[in-house]
Amino acid sequence: MVRTYFLLAWTWTRAAAAYPASFWLMTVFGVIIAALDVAVILVVFANTTSLAGFSRDEVLFLYGAASVSFTVCDMFVSNLDRVSQHIKAGTLDTFLIRPVSAWLQLATDRFNGTRVGRVLQAGAVLGYALAVLDLDWRRAWMIPVMVVTGMVIFTALWTLAGALQFALTDAPEVSSSFTYGSQQLSQYPFSIYGRDLVGGVTYVVPLAFINWQPGLYVLGRDDPFGTPEFMRFMGPAAALVLALLAALAWRQGIRHYRSTGS
Amino acid sequence: MSSHIRRCKTIPLYARLVRYGFRKHATYVWAALAGAFTNSVFGVLRAYILIALWQTRPGLAGYDVTDAVTYCFVTQAFIGPMQLFGGGLGIPERIRSGDIALDLIRPASLQLSSLAEDLGRAAYLFLVRGFPPMLLGAAMFGIVVPTDPGRWAAFLAGFAIAVVVSFGWRYLVALSVCWLVDDRGVAVLSLVLTTFFSGLMVPLHIFPGWLGDLAAALPWAAMVQLPTDLYLGKAPVLETLAFQAFWAVVLLALGALGTRAIRHKVVIQGG
Amino acid sequence: MIELERVGRSFKVKRNVVHAVHDLSFTVSAGEFVGYLGPNGAGKSTTIKMLCGILTPTSGRVRVAGLDPSRRRTTLARRIGVVFGQRTTLWWDLPLADSFELIRLLYKVERAAFRSRLDELTETLDLGSFMRTPVRQLSLGQRMRGDLAAALLHAPDVLVLDEPTIGLDVVSKAGIRDFLRRLNAEQGTTVLLTTHDLGDIERLCRRVMLIDHGRLAFDGTLEELMATAPDEATIEEVVTRLYTGSPAQ
Repeated sequence: MVRTYFLLAWTWTRAAAAYPASFWLMTVFGVIIAALDVAVILVVFANTTSLAGFSRDEVLFLYGAASVSFTVCDMFVSNLDRVSQHIKAGTLDTFLIRPVSAWLQLATDRFNGTRVGRVLQAGAVLGYALAVLDLDWRRAWMIPVMVVTGMVIFTALWTLAGALQFALTDAPEVSSSFTYGSQQLSQYPFSIYGRDLVGGVTYVVPLAFINWQPGLYVLGRDDPFGTPEFMRFMGPAAALVLALLAALAWRQGIRHYRSTGS
Repeated sequence: MSSHIRRCKTIPLYARLVRYGFRKHATYVWAALAGAFTNSVFGVLRAYILIALWQTRPGLAGYDVTDAVTYCFVTQAFIGPMQLFGGGLGIPERIRSGDIALDLIRPASLQLSSLAEDLGRAAYLFLVRGFPPMLLGAAMFGIVVPTDPGRWAAFLAGFAIAVVVSFGWRYLVALSVCWLVDDRGVAVLSLVLTTFFSGLMVPLHIFPGWLGDLAAALPWAAMVQLPTDLYLGKAPVLETLAFQAFWAVVLLALGALGTRAIRHKVVIQGG
Repeated sequence: MIELERVGRSFKVKRNVVHAVHDLSFTVSAGEFVGYLGPNGAGKSTTIKMLCGILTPTSGRVRVAGLDPSRRRTTLARRIGVVFGQRTTLWWDLPLADSFELIRLLYKVERAAFRSRLDELTETLDLGSFMRTPVRQLSLGQRMRGDLAAALLHAPDVLVLDEPTIGLDVVSKAGIRDFLRRLNAEQGTTVLLTTHDLGDIERLCRRVMLIDHGRLAFDGTLEELMATAPDEATIEEVVTRLYTGSPAQ
C-alpha cells in the first residue's frame, strides 16, 4: 500500500516537474503562506513578552511541532477533502472502478510535491525553537513521538473530513473547520483557550495530543488546567482510537455513496 | 437627449445585474451557511488569541478587550462579502475557456457588469455569512454593538466602499490570468497580501514600526481595518471614507485600463 | 460471464421512491457482444454502475466474472474494463503516457506484459501521435481511443462501455467500431455496450437487449429485433416503435 502510494505520488510529481518554473514558484509561495502564521505570532510577541504564560520561543516550539505534523499530512492526504468536488463532478465513479482503495487514490490524486516547502518551513521553525530553548534533553524522545502522533491525528481528521462530505456534499467547507481549524487551534498554547473548549478538544476530539499535552512534558511545564501527569503520554493511544473511528466513518461514507448513487 | 435615453436603459440593467448576483448566490444556501459556520469557528479561535494578548496589554492600540473581540468577529464577517481569500468572480474561468470574448462583445461594460453582479453577491453573503459570526461572538464573549445611528451609517458606508475596493483588487487579479500561463502564483500572492495587510489576522495597529505605517497606507487597509474601526468608532469618519474612496477609484481606474487591454488582446489579437 | 437475477434498484427522490431498475434478469456468456439499448433515463447507466460495483442493488443478485460486484469491487476491477463515454477515466492534467503508467501501477500489471500490451494498443488505436499530450488537450475521438486503451491495459475478460461513440465524428466512430469488433473476435473479450447510436448496434452486436422503464423489454438477436415489427423497414423505426409503442412518425 505504501509502495503504491509513493509510486502514484511520484508519477504526479514527475508530471508537475515538466513545468519547473511553476513548480518552484509554487514551492516558494507555499512557504510564504505558511510563514504568515509565524508572522502573526511574531507580531503578537512584538507587543508582549508572554502570552497566557508562554514565551515566544515556547509558542514557536508548539507551533513548529504541530506544523510539521500538519504540513506532512497536508502534502500526503489533504486531497481527501475533495470528496464533495468529485461527487459533484461525477469523477468519484472513476476511483471506484480501480482495483485500489478509493482512500489511497483520493489521497494521491493530484499529489502536489510543491507542498514540501511548507514542511521545510515548519521544520525550520521547530529547529529554531529547539535550538534556543533550554530543554531537558532526557525528555527529547517525546519530540518525534509527538510529531508522529500529530500526523496520525491530522490524517484521521482529513479522513473524517472526507467521510463527512459524503453526507454534506453541498457544504464541503464545514469539513475544513475540522482540519484547518485544528491546525489553527494547535498553533497556540491551549492556556489561551476557555476551559470548556480545552476539555472538549482533550476528551472528545483528542486535539490536545497533537502538541499541547506532550509539549508540556518536553517543556517541563505543568498543565495550567491541572490535568494529571499521565495525560502527557496518552497521545498515541488517543490517536489510534481516532484513526479507528475515522476508518469506520470513511467506510460508512463509501457505503452511503454506493447505496444512494449520487 | 440621447444620453438621457441611454441612462434610462443602463441603470435598470445594472440594478438587474445586482439582483441577479444576489439571486444566483441565494441558490447556494448550504455553501453559504457552511462558510458562515467555518468563519464562526475560526472567529472563536482568533478571539482567544486577541483576548490573551489584550489581557497582558490592556488598552493596546486604543482597544479594550471587548473592542478586540468585536474586531475579530466583525472582520470574520467580512470574509464572505469581500471574498478575502480570493475569487468570487467567474472571469478567470471565462478567460481560460475563451468565453470572455462573448462578454467583451456585449454592449455593457465588462467591469461594471462584473461589479454589479459582485455587489449583489456581497449583499447576499453579508446577510448569510456576516451575521452568524457576529451572533456567535456576541453569545460567547459579548461584543460592542453601536447604538448611535450615525456610527451605523458611517460603518455601512465604509463597508460598501470596502466591498468596491475588494472588487477592484480581485478584478485586477482576475484579469491577470489573461497574460499568465500559470495564474496560481498571483492567486497566492493576492491571498497573502489581502489576509495579512487588510488586518484580517491581527489589527494593523499592532504591527511594529514601519510595517504598521506601510500597512495603513496600502489599499488592503481600506477593506478590513478601516470599516471595522468605523464600526468601533475609533476612526475619523470623513477622512477614513475619503481614504477608502481614493483606493476604490484608483483600483477601478486600473481595472478600466485592464479591461481595455484585454479587449485589445482578445478582439484584435484573437486571444 | 455476467449474470443478473431479479435485480432491482430504487432511489429515494424527495420522499418518492423511484425504481430505476426493476426485476431485471439476464445472462451474458463469455465471448458475447451485447448491445444494451434504452431511452434516456431507462436505467442503462444504473445497470452499468451495478455491474462495476459503484452502485449496490437494492434487491436481487449480480455476478460478474463469478464475483459479487458490490462486495468484491476491487477484486473485480482487475477482471473488467469500464469506459464512460460522457466522462473520461483518464487523468485530466497528465499526458496520456503518464495516465497509462498510473494504471499500470494501480492494476499492478507486470512491466513486460504492460509494454507489449501498450505497444499493441498504441498501434491498433493509433495513439502514437498524442501519447505525450495532456488529456485535457485531446480531441474527443483521441480521448475516447485513450480511454479504451486505458480500460484494456490490464487485459480484462469483460469490457463494459457506456455510450462509447457519443459525440464522435463518422471516421472516429468507424475506427472505434472496427477496434471493438476485432477485440471481441480475436481476443474473445466479452463486451457489453450501451448506446443511442443504432449504427453501433447494427454493425457490432449479435445480441440486443432493450430496457424501458427499468424493465427488460426485449432480449434477442438483431434479426429477432427486426422481426418484432415486420412492417418497419429500418432499425430506427423498429426501436422507435418499441420505445413509444406506436409507429415512427
